[in-house]
Amino acid sequence: MSARDLLPAIVALALLAALPFLGLSGSVLNFLVTTLIIALAGLGWNVLGGFGGQYSFGHAAFFGTGAYATAILQMKLGWNAWGALGAGIGFGALVGLAIGYLSFRAGLRGSYFALVTLAFAEVFRILANAADFTGGAAGLLLPLRPGLATLQFADRKLFYLLVLAFVGVALLISRWLERSRFGAHLIAVRENEEAARALGVDALAVKLRAIALSAAITGAAGGLYVQSFLYLDAGVAYGTWISVEALLAPIVGGIGTAFGPLVGALALQGLGEITKHLAGGIPGVDLVVFGACLIAVIAFAPQGLLGLRPFRRRRKARGERTVPVGA
Amino acid sequence: MYAPQILIEAALNGLMTGAVYALIALGLTLVYGVLHIINFAHGALLTVAMFAVWGAFALVHVDPYWAMVGIVPLMFGLGYGLQRFVIGPASHGNDNNVLLVTLGLSIVLENGLLALFRSDTRALDSDAALQVIELGPLLLSTPRVIGFAASLAVTGLLWLVLNRTDTGRAIRAVAREKLGARLVGIEVDHVYAVTFGIGCACLAVAACLLMPTYYVNPRSGAAFVLVAFTIVVLGGMGSIAGALVGGLIIGVVESFSGLLLGDSLGQIGIFLIFILVLLVRPTGLFGARA
Repeated sequence: MSARDLLPAIVALALLAALPFLGLSGSVLNFLVTTLIIALAGLGWNVLGGFGGQYSFGHAAFFGTGAYATAILQMKLGWNAWGALGAGIGFGALVGLAIGYLSFRAGLRGSYFALVTLAFAEVFRILANAADFTGGAAGLLLPLRPGLATLQFADRKLFYLLVLAFVGVALLISRWLERSRFGAHLIAVRENEEAARALGVDALAVKLRAIALSAAITGAAGGLYVQSFLYLDAGVAYGTWISVEALLAPIVGGIGTAFGPLVGALALQGLGEITKHLAGGIPGVDLVVFGACLIAVIAFAPQGLLGLRPFRRRRKARGERTVPVGA
Repeated sequence: MYAPQILIEAALNGLMTGAVYALIALGLTLVYGVLHIINFAHGALLTVAMFAVWGAFALVHVDPYWAMVGIVPLMFGLGYGLQRFVIGPASHGNDNNVLLVTLGLSIVLENGLLALFRSDTRALDSDAALQVIELGPLLLSTPRVIGFAASLAVTGLLWLVLNRTDTGRAIRAVAREKLGARLVGIEVDHVYAVTFGIGCACLAVAACLLMPTYYVNPRSGAAFVLVAFTIVVLGGMGSIAGALVGGLIIGVVESFSGLLLGDSLGQIGIFLIFILVLLVRPTGLFGARA
């Protein structure tokens, strides 16, 4: 990757890093933290779904595993929070590998892959809800102990910057996918698996590496979520909400692009916040808007917000490679 | 460990629930067989139908079984319109897009209902649910026996429609060979929408049969739809006989795993079957497509 490839990412991150120092209120900062966590989960989904064309409807399986591992290792085994978060990412990747191995070996794609991932997430949710070590239906409450070793900061700005750092790493990984040989293999598998195989691409290995990477990033989002809210239950960790958020962000922002998930998460969460404000206390209205956005984007802007004309022209002018999805 | 009477009752209850499951799965499998799409909005549409049954009873005191007369055509119309004017045009003929559009639709419907009715659970306030039929030493709930019989009847009726009417022949022709059907003058978009409408009509019947013993809240349909997916996959995507057999099997499995594992883990048997079938034999019991 050349410096020019990295420039947009660095500018975007610098702008986001400056945000909390503009004197934002605590609730705005909390909103931004949640948005970035969703963007991170979406960046993870985008590796497998956007670059690899394998639409998962169950990324909650990885989010929840990352979250539970981060919380349980600290609470039950007394691990340091950083180590627990790292292990959470590792466990997320392992679960991804396992699900990927089972389903890709069986040749599942398209609707079948969507269904099997959904079912895995549901199984995890039911198990976590019934097991003892996950706190069962009551959930887990992480004790409040601010400090660097416990990854809890009295100053919300620091936690925001930590989440932003993770988003930065995920952005760089996505940027690398756009440029590297592995990314090219992954896109080739998305466009035409048989043709890619005929050219000597090991499709199974490529998809397995993609799902592990994807699951690791979404697992990190789960770990950060539990560090941020210090509470977890099965419905939050393995619920369909995060599976949906993780796929909405990249699709609305621009599927298969590095910035898509970040743009999508900011746009959707912003819109959701405005709708909630306008709708008063009526529940569900923000999600109605999300669902309508999803349909509208697929109907009128299949390349997402970043595929709209003003963005597209600039991308072409800079001579970037763009590979249309589903072409 | 268990008295034989309990086991027999569990099996019969499972079969009766399974028949209604089969009816829900029937709509899903028909849409898959013809349009080759997985309709993620199926559960949300079931919730819509259940709220319609509840509304008819609570507001104008229509008996849920009589409500069928109005709700079935309404749901058919809703399904026809959704496929013709939303799902079809929005997905540009791409399968992954259909998944996402129907997912979007389910989010809109489910949360629209949440905004209108809040998350309160509602049931029909009638004593019909308590009536039982005595069968030797067994006591069977009357509405569930009616549900069982009606589900089988509707499945038979659907089979007749598909095999003995011109509309049914057109639907099967489109399912088999879209281009060929278009060449002999069948309007494919219309047939797609009719099929989707029939799928929704099945949901309307299921809702009328469920409501006397069940309850509704905006998330009710979601619980059924994963079960319906399992049945469709188990029976073979697109197979009507498969949906019926799969529904009955799943009903019995759920009944027994509920008995053995308790309520919170009871559903896990279903999901394990789901994953196992998908991994080992994705074409299901009756599926022909490799």
